[in-house]
Amino acid sequence: MSRILTIAHLTLIEAYRRRIVPAALLCSALFLLVYGTALYFINLNIPASPQRQFQLQFFTLAGLYVANFLAIAAAVLLPVDTLSGEIDSGVMQTLASKPVRRAEIVLGKWLTYWLMIAAYLAIVAGGVVLVARLATGFAQQHLGLAFPLMLLGATFMLTISIAGSARLKTVTNGIVAFAFYGIAFIGGWIEQIGAFTRNDASRYVGTALSLASPSDALWRRAAYELQPPVMRGLQLTPFGAGRVPSDAMIWWAAALTVLALLFAIRVLNRRPL
Amino acid sequence: MPDLAIETESLRKHFGHTVAVADVSLAIRRGEVFGFLGPNGAGKTTSLKLLLGLIEPTGGSGTVLGAPLGTRAVRARIGFLPEHFRFHDCLTGRELLRIHGRLFGMRGAALEARIDTLLARVALTEAADRRLQTYSKGMIQRAGLAQALVNSPELVFLDEPTSGLDPLGRVLVRGIIEELRAAGTTVFLNSHLLGEVEATCDRVAFVKQGRVIEDLALTDAPKGLDVELRVGVADTAALAGLSAYGELGDLAAAADARERDGADAGVTGAATCVVRVRLASETALPELAPWLVARGIALYELRVRRKSLEESFIEIMGEDQTPG
Repeated sequence: MSRILTIAHLTLIEAYRRRIVPAALLCSALFLLVYGTALYFINLNIPASPQRQFQLQFFTLAGLYVANFLAIAAAVLLPVDTLSGEIDSGVMQTLASKPVRRAEIVLGKWLTYWLMIAAYLAIVAGGVVLVARLATGFAQQHLGLAFPLMLLGATFMLTISIAGSARLKTVTNGIVAFAFYGIAFIGGWIEQIGAFTRNDASRYVGTALSLASPSDALWRRAAYELQPPVMRGLQLTPFGAGRVPSDAMIWWAAALTVLALLFAIRVLNRRPL
Repeated sequence: MPDLAIETESLRKHFGHTVAVADVSLAIRRGEVFGFLGPNGAGKTTSLKLLLGLIEPTGGSGTVLGAPLGTRAVRARIGFLPEHFRFHDCLTGRELLRIHGRLFGMRGAALEARIDTLLARVALTEAADRRLQTYSKGMIQRAGLAQALVNSPELVFLDEPTSGLDPLGRVLVRGIIEELRAAGTTVFLNSHLLGEVEATCDRVAFVKQGRVIEDLALTDAPKGLDVELRVGVADTAALAGLSAYGELGDLAAAADARERDGADAGVTGAATCVVRVRLASETALPELAPWLVARGIALYELRVRRKSLEESFIEIMGEDQTPG
Protein backbone atom coordinates (compact mmCIF):
# COMPACT_ATOMS: atom_id res chain seq x y z
CA MET A 1 0.00 0.00 0.00
CA SER A 2 2.84 2.40 0.82
CA ARG A 3 4.19 2.07 -2.72
CA ILE A 4 0.77 2.88 -4.16
CA LEU A 5 0.73 6.01 -2.00
CA THR A 6 4.26 6.92 -3.13
CA ILE A 7 3.21 6.66 -6.79
CA ALA A 8 0.05 8.63 -5.95
CA HIS A 9 2.18 11.32 -4.29
CA LEU A 10 4.50 11.47 -7.29
CA THR A 11 1.51 11.80 -9.65
CA LEU A 12 0.03 14.56 -7.51
CA ILE A 13 3.30 16.53 -7.48
CA GLU A 14 3.51 16.15 -11.25
CA ALA A 15 -0.08 17.30 -11.80
CA TYR A 16 0.37 20.27 -9.49
CA ARG A 17 3.68 21.38 -11.01
CA ARG A 18 2.45 20.98 -14.57
CA ARG A 19 -0.10 23.62 -13.51
CA ILE A 20 -2.98 21.29 -14.24
CA VAL A 21 -4.68 22.12 -10.93
CA PRO A 22 -4.53 25.93 -11.23
CA ALA A 23 -5.57 25.74 -14.90
CA ALA A 24 -8.58 23.57 -14.02
CA LEU A 25 -9.56 25.87 -11.16
CA LEU A 26 -9.25 28.97 -13.33
CA CYS A 27 -11.40 27.45 -16.10
CA SER A 28 -13.98 26.34 -13.53
CA ALA A 29 -14.09 29.86 -12.09
CA LEU A 30 -14.56 31.33 -15.56
CA PHE A 31 -17.34 28.88 -16.36
CA LEU A 32 -19.13 29.64 -13.09
CA LEU A 33 -18.74 33.36 -13.66
CA VAL A 34 -20.28 33.14 -17.15
CA TYR A 35 -22.98 30.76 -15.96
CA GLY A 36 -23.83 32.92 -12.94
CA THR A 37 -23.98 36.09 -15.01
CA ALA A 38 -26.24 34.48 -17.61
CA LEU A 39 -28.48 32.98 -14.95
CA TYR A 40 -28.78 36.30 -13.17
CA PHE A 41 -30.06 38.09 -16.27
CA ILE A 42 -32.27 35.17 -17.30
CA ASN A 43 -33.81 35.19 -13.84
CA LEU A 44 -34.81 38.84 -14.26
CA ASN A 45 -37.10 37.79 -17.12
CA ILE A 46 -38.70 34.80 -15.44
CA PRO A 47 -42.05 35.89 -14.06
CA ALA A 48 -43.29 34.73 -10.70
CA SER A 49 -45.57 31.85 -11.69
CA PRO A 50 -46.06 28.14 -10.92
CA GLN A 51 -43.72 27.36 -13.84
CA ARG A 52 -40.89 29.46 -12.41
CA GLN A 53 -39.46 26.57 -10.36
CA PHE A 54 -39.49 24.31 -13.44
CA GLN A 55 -37.61 26.90 -15.48
CA LEU A 56 -34.99 27.44 -12.76
CA GLN A 57 -34.64 23.67 -12.42
CA PHE A 58 -34.02 23.46 -16.16
CA PHE A 59 -31.30 26.13 -16.11
CA THR A 60 -29.65 24.52 -13.09
CA LEU A 61 -29.72 21.14 -14.83
CA ALA A 62 -28.15 22.78 -17.89
CA GLY A 63 -25.32 24.04 -15.66
CA LEU A 64 -24.90 20.59 -14.10
CA TYR A 65 -24.87 19.02 -17.56
CA VAL A 66 -21.92 21.23 -18.46
CA ALA A 67 -20.26 20.42 -15.11
CA ASN A 68 -20.71 16.72 -15.87
CA PHE A 69 -19.25 17.17 -19.36
CA LEU A 70 -16.26 19.15 -18.02
CA ALA A 71 -15.58 16.43 -15.45
CA ILE A 72 -15.72 13.75 -18.15
CA ALA A 73 -13.44 15.75 -20.45
CA ALA A 74 -10.99 16.23 -17.57
CA ALA A 75 -11.23 12.53 -16.72
CA VAL A 76 -10.23 11.66 -20.29
CA LEU A 77 -7.54 14.30 -20.78
CA LEU A 78 -5.86 14.32 -17.37
CA PRO A 79 -4.42 10.77 -17.53
CA VAL A 80 -4.34 10.45 -21.33
CA ASP A 81 -0.53 10.17 -21.39
CA THR A 82 0.08 9.01 -17.86
CA LEU A 83 1.39 5.57 -18.82
CA SER A 84 2.04 5.93 -22.56
CA GLY A 85 4.07 9.12 -22.06
CA GLU A 86 6.23 7.59 -19.37
CA ILE A 87 6.73 4.41 -21.40
CA ASP A 88 7.74 6.39 -24.50
CA SER A 89 10.11 8.69 -22.60
CA GLY A 90 11.72 5.85 -20.65
CA VAL A 91 10.68 7.24 -17.25
CA MET A 92 8.66 4.07 -16.67
CA GLN A 93 11.82 1.95 -16.83
CA THR A 94 13.18 3.71 -13.77
CA LEU A 95 9.94 3.15 -11.84
CA ALA A 96 9.36 -0.44 -12.97
CA SER A 97 12.92 -1.48 -12.13
CA LYS A 98 12.18 -0.71 -8.47
CA PRO A 99 10.59 -3.33 -6.19
CA VAL A 100 7.15 -2.11 -7.14
CA ARG A 101 4.41 -4.11 -8.85
CA ARG A 102 3.18 -2.63 -12.10
CA ALA A 103 -0.32 -2.92 -10.63
CA GLU A 104 0.82 -0.55 -7.88
CA ILE A 105 1.93 1.97 -10.49
CA VAL A 106 -1.49 1.82 -12.20
CA LEU A 107 -3.42 1.98 -8.91
CA GLY A 108 -1.30 4.84 -7.56
CA LYS A 109 -1.92 6.93 -10.65
CA TRP A 110 -5.61 5.97 -10.80
CA LEU A 111 -6.09 6.94 -7.15
CA THR A 112 -4.58 10.40 -7.62
CA TYR A 113 -6.52 11.17 -10.77
CA TRP A 114 -9.74 9.87 -9.23
CA LEU A 115 -9.32 12.17 -6.23
CA MET A 116 -8.59 15.08 -8.55
CA ILE A 117 -11.64 14.37 -10.72
CA ALA A 118 -13.85 13.95 -7.64
CA ALA A 119 -12.61 17.28 -6.28
CA TYR A 120 -13.05 18.94 -9.67
CA LEU A 121 -16.58 17.63 -10.07
CA ALA A 122 -17.44 18.69 -6.52
CA ILE A 123 -16.12 22.20 -7.20
CA VAL A 124 -17.84 22.64 -10.57
CA ALA A 125 -21.15 20.91 -9.76
CA GLY A 126 -21.21 22.40 -6.28
CA GLY A 127 -20.36 25.76 -7.83
CA VAL A 128 -23.29 25.49 -10.27
CA VAL A 129 -25.72 24.75 -7.43
CA LEU A 130 -24.27 27.57 -5.31
CA VAL A 131 -24.33 30.07 -8.19
CA ALA A 132 -27.91 29.09 -9.02
CA ARG A 133 -28.87 29.64 -5.41
CA LEU A 134 -27.14 33.02 -5.23
CA ALA A 135 -28.36 34.27 -8.61
CA THR A 136 -31.96 33.03 -8.45
CA GLY A 137 -32.63 31.67 -4.99
CA PHE A 138 -33.29 28.20 -6.48
CA ALA A 139 -32.33 25.33 -4.13
CA GLN A 140 -31.32 22.19 -6.00
CA GLN A 141 -32.51 19.02 -4.27
CA HIS A 142 -31.13 15.48 -4.27
CA LEU A 143 -27.56 16.44 -5.18
CA GLY A 144 -26.40 13.72 -2.78
CA LEU A 145 -28.04 11.12 -5.01
CA ALA A 146 -26.91 12.61 -8.31
CA PHE A 147 -23.29 13.45 -7.45
CA PRO A 148 -22.15 9.81 -6.97
CA LEU A 149 -23.74 8.91 -10.32
CA MET A 150 -21.98 11.76 -12.11
CA LEU A 151 -18.74 10.77 -10.37
CA LEU A 152 -19.17 7.15 -11.46
CA GLY A 153 -19.58 8.32 -15.07
CA ALA A 154 -16.39 10.37 -14.84
CA THR A 155 -14.63 7.49 -13.05
CA PHE A 156 -15.54 5.14 -15.89
CA MET A 157 -14.09 7.55 -18.47
CA LEU A 158 -10.99 8.10 -16.31
CA THR A 159 -10.39 4.36 -16.12
CA ILE A 160 -10.93 3.93 -19.86
CA SER A 161 -8.34 6.65 -20.48
CA ILE A 162 -5.80 5.01 -18.13
CA ALA A 163 -6.43 1.58 -19.66
CA GLY A 164 -5.92 3.03 -23.14
CA SER A 165 -2.77 4.75 -21.95
CA ALA A 166 -1.33 1.39 -20.96
CA ARG A 167 -1.68 0.12 -24.49
CA LEU A 168 -1.94 2.99 -26.98
CA LYS A 169 0.04 6.05 -27.98
CA THR A 170 -1.14 9.27 -26.35
CA VAL A 171 -3.03 10.83 -29.27
CA THR A 172 -4.62 7.51 -30.27
CA ASN A 173 -5.71 7.01 -26.69
CA GLY A 174 -7.31 10.46 -26.56
CA ILE A 175 -9.27 9.73 -29.75
CA VAL A 176 -10.39 6.29 -28.52
CA ALA A 177 -11.42 7.57 -25.09
CA PHE A 178 -13.50 10.40 -26.57
CA ALA A 179 -15.01 7.91 -29.01
CA PHE A 180 -16.17 5.97 -25.93
CA TYR A 181 -17.91 9.10 -24.72
CA GLY A 182 -19.34 9.68 -28.21
CA ILE A 183 -20.79 6.16 -28.15
CA ALA A 184 -22.34 6.84 -24.76
CA PHE A 185 -23.79 10.15 -25.95
CA ILE A 186 -25.31 8.86 -29.16
CA GLY A 187 -26.48 5.69 -27.39
CA GLY A 188 -28.35 7.81 -24.88
CA TRP A 189 -30.11 9.80 -27.61
CA ILE A 190 -31.02 6.71 -29.62
CA GLU A 191 -32.46 5.13 -26.49
CA GLN A 192 -34.48 8.26 -25.65
CA ILE A 193 -35.80 8.67 -29.18
CA GLY A 194 -36.70 4.96 -29.20
CA ALA A 195 -38.61 5.45 -25.96
CA PHE A 196 -40.49 8.53 -27.26
CA THR A 197 -41.39 6.92 -30.57
CA ARG A 198 -41.99 3.49 -29.02
CA ASN A 199 -39.45 2.05 -31.44
CA ASP A 200 -38.07 -1.09 -29.76
CA ALA A 201 -35.21 -1.52 -32.22
CA SER A 202 -33.89 1.98 -31.41
CA ARG A 203 -34.26 1.33 -27.70
CA TYR A 204 -32.31 -1.94 -27.91
CA VAL A 205 -29.54 -0.36 -29.98
CA GLY A 206 -29.37 2.57 -27.55
CA THR A 207 -29.29 0.24 -24.55
CA ALA A 208 -26.55 -1.87 -26.14
CA LEU A 209 -24.47 1.25 -26.74
CA SER A 210 -25.08 2.40 -23.16
CA LEU A 211 -23.92 -1.00 -21.91
CA ALA A 212 -20.70 -0.58 -23.90
CA SER A 213 -20.17 2.94 -22.56
CA PRO A 214 -22.50 3.83 -19.69
CA SER A 215 -21.34 7.38 -18.82
CA ASP A 216 -24.30 9.10 -20.53
CA ALA A 217 -26.77 6.64 -18.98
CA LEU A 218 -25.35 7.58 -15.58
CA TRP A 219 -25.88 11.28 -16.33
CA ARG A 220 -29.46 10.61 -17.42
CA ARG A 221 -30.11 8.75 -14.18
CA ALA A 222 -28.48 11.61 -12.24
CA ALA A 223 -30.66 14.16 -14.10
CA TYR A 224 -33.70 12.04 -13.27
CA GLU A 225 -32.79 12.07 -9.57
CA LEU A 226 -32.22 15.83 -9.61
CA GLN A 227 -35.69 16.69 -10.92
CA PRO A 228 -38.79 16.87 -8.76
CA PRO A 229 -41.20 13.94 -9.33
CA VAL A 230 -43.74 16.12 -11.13
CA MET A 231 -41.18 17.18 -13.72
CA ARG A 232 -39.63 13.74 -14.36
CA GLY A 233 -42.44 12.34 -16.43
CA LEU A 234 -43.40 15.46 -18.35
CA GLN A 235 -40.61 15.25 -20.89
CA LEU A 236 -40.57 19.04 -21.15
CA THR A 237 -36.80 19.40 -21.20
CA PRO A 238 -33.89 17.59 -22.91
CA PHE A 239 -33.06 16.23 -19.46
CA GLY A 240 -36.25 14.26 -19.18
CA ALA A 241 -35.72 10.53 -19.23
CA GLY A 242 -38.04 8.69 -21.59
CA ARG A 243 -36.45 5.57 -20.27
CA VAL A 244 -34.74 5.83 -16.88
CA PRO A 245 -31.49 3.86 -16.61
CA SER A 246 -32.02 1.16 -14.00
CA ASP A 247 -30.06 0.26 -10.87
CA ALA A 248 -28.67 -2.67 -12.85
CA MET A 249 -27.10 -0.16 -15.27
CA ILE A 250 -25.38 1.55 -12.32
CA TRP A 251 -23.97 -1.72 -11.06
CA TRP A 252 -22.96 -2.65 -14.59
CA ALA A 253 -21.09 0.67 -14.95
CA ALA A 254 -19.27 0.04 -11.66
CA ALA A 255 -18.35 -3.49 -12.75
CA LEU A 256 -17.18 -2.24 -16.15
CA THR A 257 -14.98 0.34 -14.42
CA VAL A 258 -13.37 -2.38 -12.31
CA LEU A 259 -12.87 -4.52 -15.42
CA ALA A 260 -11.24 -1.59 -17.25
CA LEU A 261 -8.88 -1.08 -14.30
CA LEU A 262 -7.96 -4.79 -14.26
CA PHE A 263 -7.41 -4.60 -18.02
CA ALA A 264 -5.02 -1.65 -17.54
CA ILE A 265 -3.03 -3.63 -14.96
CA ARG A 266 -2.93 -6.72 -17.15
CA VAL A 267 -1.78 -4.76 -20.21
CA LEU A 268 0.97 -2.93 -18.32
CA ASN A 269 2.11 -6.20 -16.72
CA ARG A 270 2.62 -7.73 -20.14
CA ARG A 271 3.97 -4.70 -21.94
CA PRO A 272 7.70 -4.62 -22.72
CA LEU A 273 9.17 -1.43 -21.25
CA MET B 1 31.31 -22.84 -8.56
CA PRO B 2 31.94 -19.11 -8.16
CA ASP B 3 29.36 -16.89 -6.47
CA LEU B 4 27.66 -15.28 -9.44
CA ALA B 5 25.74 -12.02 -9.44
CA ILE B 6 24.36 -12.65 -12.92
CA GLU B 7 24.11 -15.92 -14.77
CA THR B 8 22.27 -16.37 -18.06
CA GLU B 9 21.98 -19.29 -20.41
CA SER B 10 21.12 -18.68 -24.07
CA LEU B 11 18.88 -15.73 -23.29
CA ARG B 12 16.78 -14.76 -26.32
CA LYS B 13 14.33 -12.01 -27.17
CA HIS B 14 12.34 -11.68 -30.38
CA PHE B 15 9.99 -8.83 -31.26
CA GLY B 16 7.84 -10.46 -33.91
CA HIS B 17 10.26 -11.55 -36.61
CA THR B 18 12.99 -9.23 -35.35
CA VAL B 19 15.63 -10.92 -33.24
CA ALA B 20 16.87 -8.40 -30.69
CA VAL B 21 18.83 -10.87 -28.57
CA ALA B 22 19.84 -14.18 -30.16
CA ASP B 23 22.01 -15.83 -27.53
CA VAL B 24 23.35 -14.12 -24.46
CA SER B 25 25.09 -16.35 -21.97
CA LEU B 26 26.85 -14.55 -19.15
CA ALA B 27 28.48 -15.45 -15.86
CA ILE B 28 29.33 -12.34 -13.88
CA ARG B 29 30.96 -12.79 -10.50
CA ARG B 30 29.91 -10.81 -7.46
CA GLY B 31 32.05 -7.75 -6.95
CA GLU B 32 33.08 -7.64 -10.58
CA VAL B 33 32.93 -4.49 -12.72
CA PHE B 34 31.67 -5.88 -16.00
CA GLY B 35 31.53 -4.06 -19.31
CA PHE B 36 28.98 -4.98 -21.96
CA LEU B 37 30.15 -3.77 -25.34
CA GLY B 38 28.84 -3.79 -28.84
CA PRO B 39 27.85 -1.54 -31.72
CA ASN B 40 24.50 0.23 -31.82
CA GLY B 41 21.65 -2.21 -32.32
CA ALA B 42 23.69 -5.17 -31.10
CA GLY B 43 21.15 -5.95 -28.37
CA LYS B 44 22.93 -4.45 -25.35
CA THR B 45 20.03 -2.43 -23.97
CA THR B 46 17.53 -5.23 -24.68
CA SER B 47 19.79 -7.65 -22.81
CA LEU B 48 19.96 -5.23 -19.91
CA LYS B 49 16.17 -4.90 -19.87
CA LEU B 50 15.89 -8.70 -19.80
CA LEU B 51 18.18 -8.81 -16.77
CA LEU B 52 16.09 -6.13 -15.05
CA GLY B 53 12.82 -7.91 -15.79
CA LEU B 54 11.52 -4.98 -17.83
CA ILE B 55 10.84 -7.36 -20.69
CA GLU B 56 10.18 -11.10 -20.76
CA PRO B 57 12.65 -13.34 -22.57
CA THR B 58 11.44 -15.35 -25.55
CA GLY B 59 13.75 -18.17 -24.54
CA GLY B 60 16.65 -19.13 -22.33
CA SER B 61 16.96 -18.57 -18.63
CA GLY B 62 18.87 -16.55 -16.12
CA THR B 63 19.31 -15.52 -12.52
CA VAL B 64 20.19 -12.20 -10.94
CA LEU B 65 21.58 -12.34 -7.39
CA GLY B 66 20.51 -15.98 -7.28
CA ALA B 67 16.84 -15.43 -8.16
CA PRO B 68 15.01 -15.73 -11.50
CA LEU B 69 14.96 -12.66 -13.74
CA GLY B 70 12.49 -9.94 -12.76
CA THR B 71 11.88 -11.14 -9.19
CA ARG B 72 10.55 -8.26 -7.11
CA ALA B 73 12.62 -9.12 -4.03
CA VAL B 74 15.76 -8.97 -6.16
CA ARG B 75 14.80 -5.59 -7.60
CA ALA B 76 15.06 -4.30 -4.02
CA ARG B 77 18.78 -5.16 -4.12
CA ILE B 78 19.71 -3.64 -7.46
CA GLY B 79 20.17 -0.14 -8.81
CA PHE B 80 19.60 1.05 -12.37
CA LEU B 81 20.63 4.13 -14.29
CA PRO B 82 18.70 4.05 -17.58
CA GLU B 83 20.01 5.22 -20.93
CA HIS B 84 18.94 8.77 -21.82
CA PHE B 85 18.42 9.39 -18.06
CA ARG B 86 14.76 10.40 -18.25
CA PHE B 87 13.22 11.14 -14.89
CA HIS B 88 10.24 13.14 -13.64
CA ASP B 89 11.76 16.54 -14.31
CA CYS B 90 9.14 18.36 -12.23
CA LEU B 91 10.86 16.94 -9.13
CA THR B 92 13.83 18.50 -7.40
CA GLY B 93 16.98 16.43 -7.10
CA ARG B 94 16.21 15.74 -3.44
CA GLU B 95 12.59 14.77 -4.21
CA LEU B 96 13.73 12.41 -6.95
CA LEU B 97 15.91 10.51 -4.48
CA ARG B 98 13.18 10.61 -1.80
CA ILE B 99 10.52 9.18 -4.11
CA HIS B 100 12.80 6.43 -5.40
CA GLY B 101 14.03 5.71 -1.86
CA ARG B 102 10.42 5.25 -0.74
CA LEU B 103 9.81 2.84 -3.59
CA PHE B 104 12.62 0.78 -2.02
CA GLY B 105 10.72 0.93 1.29
CA MET B 106 13.16 3.42 2.85
CA ARG B 107 11.76 6.01 5.24
CA GLY B 108 12.59 8.74 7.73
CA ALA B 109 15.97 9.86 8.97
CA ALA B 110 17.87 6.97 7.40
CA LEU B 111 16.55 7.91 3.96
CA GLU B 112 17.24 11.62 4.44
CA ALA B 113 20.80 10.88 5.58
CA ARG B 114 21.37 8.65 2.57
CA ILE B 115 20.01 11.35 0.26
CA ASP B 116 22.37 13.96 1.75
CA THR B 117 25.35 11.60 1.37
CA LEU B 118 24.54 10.81 -2.24
CA LEU B 119 23.85 14.42 -3.23
CA ALA B 120 27.24 15.36 -1.80
CA ARG B 121 28.91 12.44 -3.58
CA VAL B 122 27.57 13.49 -6.99
CA ALA B 123 28.27 17.17 -6.30
CA LEU B 124 24.61 18.23 -6.32
CA THR B 125 24.15 19.48 -2.75
CA GLU B 126 23.75 23.08 -3.81
CA ALA B 127 21.30 22.20 -6.58
CA ALA B 128 19.40 19.66 -4.46
CA ASP B 129 16.26 21.79 -4.12
CA ARG B 130 16.09 22.90 -7.73
CA ARG B 131 13.84 21.10 -10.17
CA LEU B 132 15.49 18.69 -12.61
CA GLN B 133 14.11 20.71 -15.53
CA THR B 134 16.62 23.44 -14.58
CA TYR B 135 19.56 20.98 -14.47
CA SER B 136 22.15 20.60 -17.20
CA LYS B 137 22.42 17.22 -18.96
CA GLY B 138 25.40 16.29 -16.80
CA MET B 139 23.59 17.25 -13.59
CA ILE B 140 20.59 15.09 -14.51
CA GLN B 141 23.00 12.26 -15.26
CA ARG B 142 24.58 12.62 -11.82
CA ALA B 143 21.17 12.83 -10.13
CA GLY B 144 20.24 9.64 -11.99
CA LEU B 145 23.39 7.97 -10.75
CA ALA B 146 22.52 8.96 -7.17
CA GLN B 147 19.03 7.55 -7.74
CA ALA B 148 20.60 4.25 -8.83
CA LEU B 149 22.56 4.05 -5.58
CA VAL B 150 19.92 5.21 -3.09
CA ASN B 151 19.23 1.69 -1.78
CA SER B 152 22.95 0.79 -1.42
CA PRO B 153 22.50 -1.92 -4.05
CA GLU B 154 24.46 -5.16 -4.35
CA LEU B 155 24.31 -4.90 -8.13
CA VAL B 156 24.17 -1.73 -10.23
CA PHE B 157 23.23 -1.54 -13.89
CA LEU B 158 24.62 1.56 -15.56
CA ASP B 159 23.48 2.17 -19.12
CA GLU B 160 25.83 4.71 -20.72
CA PRO B 161 26.57 6.43 -17.39
CA THR B 162 29.06 8.95 -18.75
CA SER B 163 27.58 9.82 -22.12
CA GLY B 164 26.32 13.24 -21.00
CA LEU B 165 29.21 14.17 -18.78
CA ASP B 166 32.15 16.52 -19.18
CA PRO B 167 35.65 15.26 -18.26
CA LEU B 168 35.22 16.24 -14.59
CA GLY B 169 31.91 14.40 -14.45
CA ARG B 170 33.52 11.34 -15.98
CA VAL B 171 36.26 11.37 -13.37
CA LEU B 172 33.54 11.60 -10.70
CA VAL B 173 31.66 8.60 -12.12
CA ARG B 174 34.90 6.64 -12.46
CA GLY B 175 35.60 7.38 -8.80
CA ILE B 176 32.14 6.18 -7.79
CA ILE B 177 32.61 2.95 -9.74
CA GLU B 178 35.93 2.43 -7.97
CA GLU B 179 34.18 2.95 -4.62
CA LEU B 180 31.51 0.44 -5.60
CA ARG B 181 34.19 -2.07 -6.55
CA ALA B 182 35.93 -1.51 -3.20
CA ALA B 183 32.61 -2.05 -1.40
CA GLY B 184 32.11 -5.36 -3.23
CA THR B 185 29.21 -4.09 -5.36
CA THR B 186 28.81 -5.71 -8.76
CA VAL B 187 28.64 -3.20 -11.60
CA PHE B 188 27.17 -3.98 -15.01
CA LEU B 189 28.33 -1.22 -17.31
CA ASN B 190 26.86 -0.70 -20.73
CA SER B 191 28.92 1.88 -22.58
CA HIS B 192 30.22 3.01 -25.94
CA LEU B 193 33.10 4.90 -24.37
CA LEU B 194 35.74 2.21 -24.57
CA GLY B 195 38.35 4.29 -22.80
CA GLU B 196 36.03 4.55 -19.80
CA VAL B 197 35.33 0.83 -19.90
CA GLU B 198 39.03 0.03 -20.14
CA ALA B 199 39.76 2.26 -17.16
CA THR B 200 37.06 0.81 -14.93
CA CYS B 201 36.10 -2.73 -15.90
CA ASP B 202 37.56 -6.04 -14.76
CA ARG B 203 36.06 -7.92 -17.63
CA VAL B 204 34.10 -7.20 -20.78
CA ALA B 205 31.84 -9.12 -23.11
CA PHE B 206 31.45 -8.20 -26.75
CA VAL B 207 27.99 -8.56 -28.20
CA LYS B 208 27.27 -8.60 -31.92
CA GLN B 209 23.90 -9.15 -33.58
CA GLY B 210 22.41 -10.26 -30.28
CA ARG B 211 25.12 -12.78 -29.43
CA VAL B 212 27.99 -12.65 -26.97
CA ILE B 213 30.93 -13.45 -29.20
CA GLU B 214 33.90 -12.78 -26.92
CA ASP B 215 34.59 -12.52 -23.23
CA LEU B 216 37.77 -10.69 -22.25
CA ALA B 217 39.34 -10.25 -18.83
CA LEU B 218 41.00 -6.84 -18.69
CA THR B 219 42.76 -7.41 -15.37
CA ASP B 220 44.62 -10.51 -16.61
CA ALA B 221 47.65 -10.37 -18.91
CA PRO B 222 46.35 -9.19 -22.23
CA LYS B 223 46.20 -11.67 -25.07
CA GLY B 224 48.81 -10.90 -27.70
CA LEU B 225 51.20 -8.66 -25.81
CA ASP B 226 53.33 -7.25 -28.63
CA VAL B 227 57.01 -6.57 -27.95
CA GLU B 228 59.14 -4.63 -30.37
CA LEU B 229 62.93 -5.21 -30.12
CA ARG B 230 65.56 -3.05 -31.81
CA VAL B 231 68.67 -5.14 -31.81
CA GLY B 232 72.13 -4.91 -33.32
CA VAL B 233 72.75 -8.13 -35.15
CA ALA B 234 74.45 -9.25 -38.35
CA ASP B 235 72.42 -12.43 -38.78
CA THR B 236 68.75 -12.25 -37.88
CA ALA B 237 68.62 -16.04 -37.83
CA ALA B 238 70.35 -15.84 -34.47
CA LEU B 239 67.09 -14.39 -33.16
CA ALA B 240 65.04 -17.47 -34.09
CA GLY B 241 65.39 -18.77 -30.55
CA LEU B 242 63.05 -15.99 -29.41
CA SER B 243 60.18 -18.11 -30.70
CA ALA B 244 60.38 -20.00 -27.39
CA TYR B 245 58.78 -16.95 -25.76
CA GLY B 246 56.02 -16.38 -28.25
CA GLU B 247 55.03 -15.93 -31.83
CA LEU B 248 57.94 -14.36 -33.69
CA GLY B 249 57.54 -11.77 -36.42
CA ASP B 250 58.90 -12.37 -39.89
CA LEU B 251 62.71 -12.42 -39.49
CA ALA B 252 63.31 -12.55 -43.25
CA ALA B 253 61.25 -9.41 -43.65
CA ALA B 254 63.23 -7.74 -40.87
CA ALA B 255 66.48 -8.70 -42.63
CA ASP B 256 65.14 -7.56 -46.01
CA ALA B 257 64.14 -4.26 -44.52
CA ARG B 258 67.60 -3.85 -43.11
CA GLU B 259 69.16 -4.51 -46.54
CA ARG B 260 66.66 -2.35 -48.43
CA ASP B 261 66.84 0.64 -46.11
CA GLY B 262 70.48 0.21 -45.31
CA ALA B 263 71.56 -0.45 -41.78
CA ASP B 264 69.49 1.56 -39.40
CA ALA B 265 72.25 3.48 -37.73
CA GLY B 266 70.05 4.69 -34.90
CA VAL B 267 71.41 7.09 -32.35
CA THR B 268 74.39 4.90 -31.60
CA GLY B 269 75.54 4.63 -35.16
CA ALA B 270 75.41 0.82 -34.95
CA ALA B 271 73.51 -1.32 -37.45
CA THR B 272 70.18 -2.40 -36.01
CA CYS B 273 66.97 -4.08 -37.05
CA VAL B 274 63.52 -4.31 -35.52
CA VAL B 275 62.05 -7.69 -34.55
CA ARG B 276 58.55 -8.23 -33.20
CA VAL B 277 57.52 -10.93 -30.74
CA ARG B 278 53.96 -11.59 -29.53
CA LEU B 279 54.35 -12.99 -26.04
CA ALA B 280 51.95 -15.63 -24.82
CA SER B 281 52.26 -14.30 -21.27
CA GLU B 282 53.43 -11.09 -19.64
CA THR B 283 55.61 -13.18 -17.28
CA ALA B 284 58.03 -13.84 -20.14
CA LEU B 285 58.76 -10.15 -20.56
CA PRO B 286 61.60 -9.85 -17.96
CA GLU B 287 63.40 -12.81 -19.54
CA LEU B 288 63.78 -11.29 -22.98
CA ALA B 289 66.61 -8.86 -22.29
CA PRO B 290 68.83 -11.40 -20.41
CA TRP B 291 68.25 -13.91 -23.21
CA LEU B 292 69.50 -11.50 -25.85
CA VAL B 293 72.47 -10.30 -23.80
CA ALA B 294 73.51 -13.89 -23.02
CA ARG B 295 73.79 -14.52 -26.77
CA GLY B 296 75.81 -11.39 -27.41
CA ILE B 297 72.99 -9.62 -29.20
CA ALA B 298 72.98 -5.91 -28.48
CA LEU B 299 69.60 -4.62 -27.31
CA TYR B 300 68.97 -0.97 -28.19
CA GLU B 301 65.28 -0.75 -27.47
CA LEU B 302 62.50 -2.89 -26.01
CA ARG B 303 59.01 -1.55 -26.46
CA VAL B 304 55.84 -3.17 -25.16
CA ARG B 305 52.70 -2.38 -27.07
CA ARG B 306 49.43 -3.34 -25.46
CA LYS B 307 46.41 -3.67 -27.65
CA SER B 308 43.79 -1.08 -26.74
CA LEU B 309 40.22 -2.10 -26.07
CA GLU B 310 39.21 -0.11 -29.11
CA GLU B 311 41.56 -2.16 -31.29
CA SER B 312 40.19 -5.36 -29.74
CA PHE B 313 36.65 -4.10 -30.32
CA ILE B 314 37.26 -3.40 -34.00
CA GLU B 315 39.12 -6.69 -34.44
CA ILE B 316 36.41 -8.73 -32.70
CA MET B 317 33.50 -7.00 -34.37
CA GLY B 318 35.08 -7.50 -37.79
CA GLU B 319 35.29 -5.39 -40.91
CA ASP B 320 31.63 -5.74 -41.81
CA GLN B 321 30.47 -3.28 -39.16
CA THR B 322 29.19 0.14 -40.14
CA PRO B 323 28.64 3.02 -37.74
CA GLY B 324 25.24 2.65 -36.07
